Amino acid sequence: MSSATSTGSHFMPFAATEVAKNVDTLYSFLLWASFISFVLVIGGLIIFASQYKRKGQDDKTPYISHNTTLEFLWSFIPFVIFMVVFVWGWVVYYQMRTFPEDSLEVAVTGQKWSWNFTYKNGRNSGGSLTVPVGQNVKLLMTSTDVLHSFFVPAFRIKQDVIPGRYTAVWFKADHEGTYNVFCTEYCGDNHSGMLAKINVVSREAFDEYLSNEPYKGLSPVEIGQKIYAASCVACHTLNPSEGVRPGPTFHGVFGRTEELEDGSTVVVDENYIRESILNPNAKIVKGYPPVMPTFAGQLDEQEIMGLIEFLKTVK
Amino acid sequence: MASAPGVNYLNEKSGLMSWLTTLDHKRIGILYMIAVMVFFLFGGIFAMLIRYELFRPGGQLFTGHLYNQVMTLHGAIMVFMVIIPGIPAFLGNFMLPLMLGAKDVAFPRVNLISWYCLIIGSAIIMVALFQGGVDTGWTFYTPYSITTQNGTVWVVFGAFVVGFSSILTGLNFIVTVHKLRAPGMSFWRMPLFVWALYSTAILQVLATPVLGITLLLLTVERLLGVGIFDPKLGGDPVLFQHFFWFYSHPAVYIMILPAMGVISELVVTFSRKTIFGYKAIALSSIGIAGVSFFVWGHHMFVSGQSEIAGIVFSFLTMLVGVPTAIKVFNWTATMYRGSIRFDSPMLFAMGFLFLFTIGGVTGIMLATTAINVHFHDTYFVVAHFHYVMVGGTLMAIMGGIYYWFPKMFGRLVNEFWARISFVLIFVGFNVTFFPQFILGANGMPRRYFDYIPEYTSLNQISSIGAWTIGIGFLIGFAAIVHGWIAGEKAGENPWGGRTLEWQTASPPPHENFTTQPVVTAGPYEYR
Repeated sequence: MSSATSTGSHFMPFAATEVAKNVDTLYSFLLWASFISFVLVIGGLIIFASQYKRKGQDDKTPYISHNTTLEFLWSFIPFVIFMVVFVWGWVVYYQMRTFPEDSLEVAVTGQKWSWNFTYKNGRNSGGSLTVPVGQNVKLLMTSTDVLHSFFVPAFRIKQDVIPGRYTAVWFKADHEGTYNVFCTEYCGDNHSGMLAKINVVSREAFDEYLSNEPYKGLSPVEIGQKIYAASCVACHTLNPSEGVRPGPTFHGVFGRTEELEDGSTVVVDENYIRESILNPNAKIVKGYPPVMPTFAGQLDEQEIMGLIEFLKTVK
Repeated sequence: MASAPGVNYLNEKSGLMSWLTTLDHKRIGILYMIAVMVFFLFGGIFAMLIRYELFRPGGQLFTGHLYNQVMTLHGAIMVFMVIIPGIPAFLGNFMLPLMLGAKDVAFPRVNLISWYCLIIGSAIIMVALFQGGVDTGWTFYTPYSITTQNGTVWVVFGAFVVGFSSILTGLNFIVTVHKLRAPGMSFWRMPLFVWALYSTAILQVLATPVLGITLLLLTVERLLGVGIFDPKLGGDPVLFQHFFWFYSHPAVYIMILPAMGVISELVVTFSRKTIFGYKAIALSSIGIAGVSFFVWGHHMFVSGQSEIAGIVFSFLTMLVGVPTAIKVFNWTATMYRGSIRFDSPMLFAMGFLFLFTIGGVTGIMLATTAINVHFHDTYFVVAHFHYVMVGGTLMAIMGGIYYWFPKMFGRLVNEFWARISFVLIFVGFNVTFFPQFILGANGMPRRYFDYIPEYTSLNQISSIGAWTIGIGFLIGFAAIVHGWIAGEKAGENPWGGRTLEWQTASPPPHENFTTQPVVTAGPYEYR
């Protein structure tokens, strides 16, 4: 199935997710509201233009400076419509940006000019992402060079992919098929060739897809475990019962709310862990000395990602 | 200084140097007109090449690398060198003192310096062509712009210098409006074009320095390796976008507010009727200028900025829609029970209303967070801003040129060819850009030099439309040049305008008015 042609409603592509259908409902409301407003304004213009043509050089016109009621109405009514659209847009946007708990997480790396997808079992796939139908999928994305943007028209999702940090999108495809992925942040010579496909397949086909190839190398978690053993274990425990060490324990660290030296708080997420590895003194947890060295230049993207994935499992 | 009959600003002195060193706002306006028309020709040629390349999928003329340079130059030239100076610096320069009943702008020398800033800055931008080119898009997003070829520094520096042209013009206009109004001309008696120029000037003075600083930071990062925007050096690429749009969103209103001012004048004169809702239009210009500083984040809904920021920016953007809608309704209402003539300036004004309304309603769609996520950086956005900038600003420039042409040159543009040019531009415009809304809704991203085959037919329609616009503008330009050299002599006030610029000779003498005009009523007294 091609997702490019106008198989959806009102010139939109096929809508393969619930979110996409909600976007389309709002969009068609907007389209009709726009059409009606346009007809009112341009209809008025055309009627006035044809009714009030100049007849002679001495035509007198009435002196109508303003009409407060009319002006109030045509300010207030658009305002109300705009607010309806704003709130409606917010509701759907909220749905788009609220990540379900039970997602299949896939790491996405954008680089000039290809997309790479890594599953948690270490399975790597360049240029195509295969996911089961009806499954929440969360993509955790970063770039190795410049900005890119991950756009799936059929899912109505788009998110910039940024070097040096993670961004995420999620979707749940309700229809099997093959969908286009475009890069929508200009990234150089072959920007328009930075394409990928998302294959939405049955659960059985997906399980087979994931298992029919032996692990190549290690999963991110396994990589992270190795790094932990090599670099972190001296200062951070996996369980408080192991004793007191210079840094906070990693037990349940992911998602924990930490209080910082200045009294503010931070929720430990991917970006915070990343920052703590590369710029450890930026946000020091209260009660701990700022002694951690930076690991910038020592750990590469894959290793940092692995460590983060490993920390998620420590609970 | 009283002038002899027949002596005007055009013929009182002659020779190239008398033009290049002139301090007369009218002559400087003409200098801007020539510069902007030449730049527009270049930007237009690049547009035609882009549409040729996109006529079919795959490479036609260019490699992706070359296409990206053409696309970048089209954007940079049209934004920084055509649309931003187009109305304020050209039409504004010429008309502002005349409409205020003043002899000149407040700082004539600064005015001339502004023009040289534009020329020198534009020359520097052109140097980039011979220094490896530039392929960042007019937005210069980091970290791409830090890593790509060396021409980028030249374009960035050129845009920095051009920015000073804008800042100085804005400063000049603000002081002129405050200090040089004719006796009796209170703020509420100023023509609406003056209100629009005044609002624009505020934006130029307050926003443009931010672009200057941002471009300077970019240059510092590139040349000295100081980490500001590049994550490899510890910088933040999204920070650049905040800085950039903090200028470039208000810049959108630097482009459209003066156009709205022109439309107010045209609708009034050609309907021979007082403007409906003078105060609402005047204040909505100020309102748009004010709110426009707080909406930059709507360019960044998917950039990685927080969701809460996205929602706040969406709300604020909706607010800009209200004063904009008010203006459109007021212009339409002004025509009610008017005495309407359909000369070419009025055709362009009506064309503006038609196209700008489409640009406006699609703007509301784009301001809606959930919809924006799908449309962001697709051809839907390309279509939207062309409807506003070409359908809005360029239509207003063309209408304004034809309207004030008798004032500027004492001659008329050939009406037949002016109308032909209008029809070709208007029809061609819709044929070009309406299909791009559909392409964008279908998901075709912008800045693509190649596309999947499904998008072919709409792209072909779009290209045919683009060439129609090209022919329309060429005819318009030919009509303007012909009118300048050999146009039919116009009377002092061929359209029956009531604002002060029509109270003096056409073309005006050196210091505009032989006797100081005194204002006793509002600008549009058709009683």
